[in-house]
Amino acid sequence: MATIQAGRRRRRRRLRPAWRNTLTGWSFILPNLLGFGVFTLVPVLALFYYAFTDWNIFGVAEWVGVDNFTRMLGDDSFFTALRNTLYYTALHIPLTMGAALGLALLLNRKLRGVAFFRTVAFFPYITSIVAIAQVWNLLFSPQYGPINALLRALGAANPPGWTVSADWSMPAVIIVSTWREMGYYMLIFLAGLQTIPNQLYEAARIDGAGSWQRFRNITLPSLRPTTFFVVVMLTIGSFKVFDLILLLTDGGPGQSTLVLSQYIYQKGFEENQFGYASAVSVVLFAICFAITVVQFAVNKRRAS
Amino acid sequence: MTGTLLQPPALHIGAGPAPTSGNRRRAHPVWRFLGYLTLVVAAAAVLLPFFWMVVSSLKANSDVNTVPVQWLPDPVVWQNYLDIWRKSDMTTWLGNTLLLSVTVTALQVFTGSFAAYGFAKVRFPGRNLLFLAYIGTLAVPWQSYMVPQFILMSKLQLSDTLWAIIALQAFNALGVFLMKQYYETIPEELSEAARMDGMTEYGIYRRIMLPLSAPGLASLTLLTFVNTWNDYLGPLIYLRSPDVRTIQLGLSTFISQYNADYALIMTGSVLSVLPIALIFLLGQRHFVEGIATSGLKG
Repeated sequence: MATIQAGRRRRRRRLRPAWRNTLTGWSFILPNLLGFGVFTLVPVLALFYYAFTDWNIFGVAEWVGVDNFTRMLGDDSFFTALRNTLYYTALHIPLTMGAALGLALLLNRKLRGVAFFRTVAFFPYITSIVAIAQVWNLLFSPQYGPINALLRALGAANPPGWTVSADWSMPAVIIVSTWREMGYYMLIFLAGLQTIPNQLYEAARIDGAGSWQRFRNITLPSLRPTTFFVVVMLTIGSFKVFDLILLLTDGGPGQSTLVLSQYIYQKGFEENQFGYASAVSVVLFAICFAITVVQFAVNKRRAS
Repeated sequence: MTGTLLQPPALHIGAGPAPTSGNRRRAHPVWRFLGYLTLVVAAAAVLLPFFWMVVSSLKANSDVNTVPVQWLPDPVVWQNYLDIWRKSDMTTWLGNTLLLSVTVTALQVFTGSFAAYGFAKVRFPGRNLLFLAYIGTLAVPWQSYMVPQFILMSKLQLSDTLWAIIALQAFNALGVFLMKQYYETIPEELSEAARMDGMTEYGIYRRIMLPLSAPGLASLTLLTFVNTWNDYLGPLIYLRSPDVRTIQLGLSTFISQYNADYALIMTGSVLSVLPIALIFLLGQRHFVEGIATSGLKG
């Protein structure tokens, strides 16, 4: 009996050559790949063709070489959008990381109510952006908003104009996006903190290390993979910031909060300049790609 | 057993603070006090917008913007919650959004977990390259290819139909990525033993992997549902006609239409947030694990 089964088994194994594995593998992937290929991969590839064409929705795509890119070099609005995106990124990343790490360190302690706070901090992240932008607009209202009411109570004679002031609109956007995203990154940091073995801290304590030294020499190095992931995610997230700005300030006042994504949207969907919008998209694409590659390279070198 | 890495002990929400053990020392009372103070201030700051949303929705419109600020509704006006249904197409929006969220989630969970099995457990040439293409698009912002995608959808006559949103959301690389991470924590010996017993790969997927990855599937289901429910940009670009509007798009058109009716706008906002809040509170453990999975090992 046993030998017959063993024989069968052997034959079945022989019946599964490489090409069958390939067939099985593709059959698993195909249902998803069809949708993913048509609706994501093809557009990504087409982008690089459209960027070199002059095209609106009614005509045909006409090859114009690098015309779109030379036009971009003389386009002030494009550079304003680029500058604003960099401004947003430069403040949003450190603020969100600082807040998220600070909260994670706090929640990693034994305090009553941390479970409740973890829920609270994550809540903004899963709330729809339309509702959020609307309520923050009320909160930021220079005259009637509770934020300026608080600031006045604290003694600020001339609180900022927030979303209606060209100088304060970007800080307002950054406050909202930090508020919205810190809970998400806090969770990631918290998961990273949980993987650090307690013995490390105990040993450091025996050696007489203070809490700052423990943080510098144990917590930060152990969190490196987590920090790396957070920085990459935050960078990509910052460069593509769009819906929040669209709903909160609509790029204004003036062009004070116009960002790259919104500029693509304006050129592509409001002015139907698909070719030029694609060219700007290529720039956005290239920036995100380059930064990710650099971050991976730096991370690899530091790890070795 | 299936994933101790995915469930760091303290991430179980609701467990409450563990009794004092020898692991970590109790901090000095002053530090504890400062810790609590920071927690309370941070919680208040995080909750203020939600508080303001609910409070404003219960006010008469003339009481929303006042000097000095009116922190509590007086009188409490419930009428807004009746008026909103009359003044807006809330029912259509909610219906469309529910339909989309359910369809997209079903497609994403099925095709995503199916493909993830191929990537995680079956060896064949070209597999790693293909997976790289999936991962690569996770690092590319959607905003950078929304224009060619829109052109394609228009050519396929999908624009201005709910199908556009399904096509856009259902085959997201996130599902494949998340489920692959999960499958890789399941020991290879299990599937090897099943192969010995003559089970096909499809059988292994259905009878072994699916049941063992239930927590991963739950995370993916919740994340996809919430993402689809909250999506604003997709509907903004693809949906024009009033009868295909989703709740997010509907709410934003409502806002521009009744732009001075703040109390009513806040009522609509509360209603658009409420279903997600409930889902989150019921399934928050899975959210947390899903994020820890896709985050930690990303």
